Amino acid sequence: MSKKISTAAAKTYSVVSAQNLGLTFDTNDGPVHALSNVDLDIAKGDFVSFIGPSGCGKTTFLRVIADLEQPTSGTISVNGMTPEEARKARSYGYVFQAAALYPWRTIEKNIALPLEIMGYSTAERQERISRVLDLVNLTGFGKKYPWQLSGGMQQRASIARALAFDADLLLMDEPFGALDEIVRDHLNEQLLDLWSRTQKTICFVTHSIPEAVYLSTKIVVMSPRPGRVTDVIHSTLPKERPLEIRETPEFLEIAHRVREGLRAGHSYEE
Amino acid sequence: MRRLKRNWHSLSAALLALAATAHMPLTLADAANPASNGMLIAGGIVTTTLMLQAFENSGPALRGILLFLGAHFCAFALLSGLTGNEGKMSAAFFLAIAAAWLLAWGSASEFAHIEPRARAAKTVLRLLIPAIFGAWILILWEALTRGFGVPFILLPPPSAIGVRIASSLAILWADVQQTIFKAALAGYLLGCASGFVTAILADRVDFLRRGLMPIGNLMSALPIIGVAPVMVMWFGFDWQSKAAVVTIMTFFPMLVNTVAGLATTGTMERDLMRTYASDYSQTLMKLRLPAAMPFIFNALKINSTLALIGAIVAEFFGTPIVGMGFRMSTEIGRMNVDMVWAEIATAAVAGSLFYGLIALAERTVTFWHPSSRAG
Repeated sequence: MSKKISTAAAKTYSVVSAQNLGLTFDTNDGPVHALSNVDLDIAKGDFVSFIGPSGCGKTTFLRVIADLEQPTSGTISVNGMTPEEARKARSYGYVFQAAALYPWRTIEKNIALPLEIMGYSTAERQERISRVLDLVNLTGFGKKYPWQLSGGMQQRASIARALAFDADLLLMDEPFGALDEIVRDHLNEQLLDLWSRTQKTICFVTHSIPEAVYLSTKIVVMSPRPGRVTDVIHSTLPKERPLEIRETPEFLEIAHRVREGLRAGHSYEE
Repeated sequence: MRRLKRNWHSLSAALLALAATAHMPLTLADAANPASNGMLIAGGIVTTTLMLQAFENSGPALRGILLFLGAHFCAFALLSGLTGNEGKMSAAFFLAIAAAWLLAWGSASEFAHIEPRARAAKTVLRLLIPAIFGAWILILWEALTRGFGVPFILLPPPSAIGVRIASSLAILWADVQQTIFKAALAGYLLGCASGFVTAILADRVDFLRRGLMPIGNLMSALPIIGVAPVMVMWFGFDWQSKAAVVTIMTFFPMLVNTVAGLATTGTMERDLMRTYASDYSQTLMKLRLPAAMPFIFNALKINSTLALIGAIVAEFFGTPIVGMGFRMSTEIGRMNVDMVWAEIATAAVAGSLFYGLIALAERTVTFWHPSSRAG
């Protein structure tokens, strides 16, 4: 039944559509407005980056899409369903800030985890594991345990895990935040390659302006207190992006606009 | 200075041997069976020391073996001189024992410096050093109890305990079957299983958590001395009542540890399961139970010793005429202290084996945990 809904939704244009979305946390220090009046449409095949300072609600927005947080006002649909229905229909893969691999499972078994839960057959599991290991360049590491791999490899394994099942939406919450810049550049390149090969829709949370500009077709600039969207920038960069593109005037122009957007939305008075 | 540091065991042993020579013979004047090998022993110690000087630049293996042979030759000669002379040994005897002990200590510290490459040699060495240590506890115990003539009732020498064990194997085996294989094991399995199931229930149903945890707490506070006679009234004299005591004792550690273990998973890991729309039992089996395993094994290890204590103590309050606790309480009344010690030794060995088996299982199950994945 859930299968039917997702195929029906695939025809509609927006993968994620939020209207007037708000989320307020009640804390001991009074209410915190994590999100307020967020309107956003994410089209199929988009690579959308969410950028902004800490506390601007970018992670919260991603978690609302994933049904890990409940909005307190407004509406949001994912693949034409409520986030809860979308979660139960397994319509997205989520990559966290840390790899969150289970240490008692090998890399292979970690990738098999969602497949086991979703009831794929053993043969299909094997086939998918070797396919996604190849996608993230980890072929040959399937039998290793997570703690035997470097941080970058662990994060790639966690991306492979999110790719293993048929979700055409990938939610990534600062996946490379804890890695050094050299590894990060490399992974960014691989991620773009992966995106163009798989045709997935990707929502990507980041702190880094170059990362956002380099990766995205659409950059959502957010600002804190209350968390809101201050600018949405459509990238004019071509789909084919070597790392050197970061020195072109076009790239710097977009980066400049992102920086301006961040500055406008961010008050330093407190 | 470095030379002195390496040789101080043997040099002090030589000094002690010389002091012993001054107090010769080994036995007092009124000894029944005067020992004649005193000079031989002192000579052995001094020779060992001199040979060590000759092998100054040799590796620790050769020096260790030399010290090992010297120490145990002397110990054997000294202990054989005890026969018939209990309580009649002179200062020379104790000085010589101390010297031999120093040599053994030296040999252990030389062996500790060997760094073998072969796996088998590593294993042998890992067992050898604690074995030397254990053997010398027995040798000193034997020498002191018999040398000073300590009354048998207070502390029998290990040789007497060993003879008693060898001559009562049938009785000991029957007691082990009754107390360990029946009472302790049944109670252990029942207590651990019920603690585990209760923990899962408490985790699943919130109102049970609030109700069960205080009751579990209360059960752990029950004094075993008070509970054991009641259990005998309820379940009869045989092993069932002891198993009930053990069940009560082992229930709570398992409950608390499992509850704590189930709570160890991080938010990220649980969110991950949620994004897969995983249900309760899938999350439990694939995430929370594996993550709880180090805690559960902690409880299994704690309970392995508790079960043995519980089963033995419970037998003090009414039992058929077999069982380790029964044997201890009756034999001490009949002044057969060696039998009590035989039971103590059996319980210690059985308890260590039990614990070791669980620790081994733990290593294979929780190999991934930072505490066991060194190297």
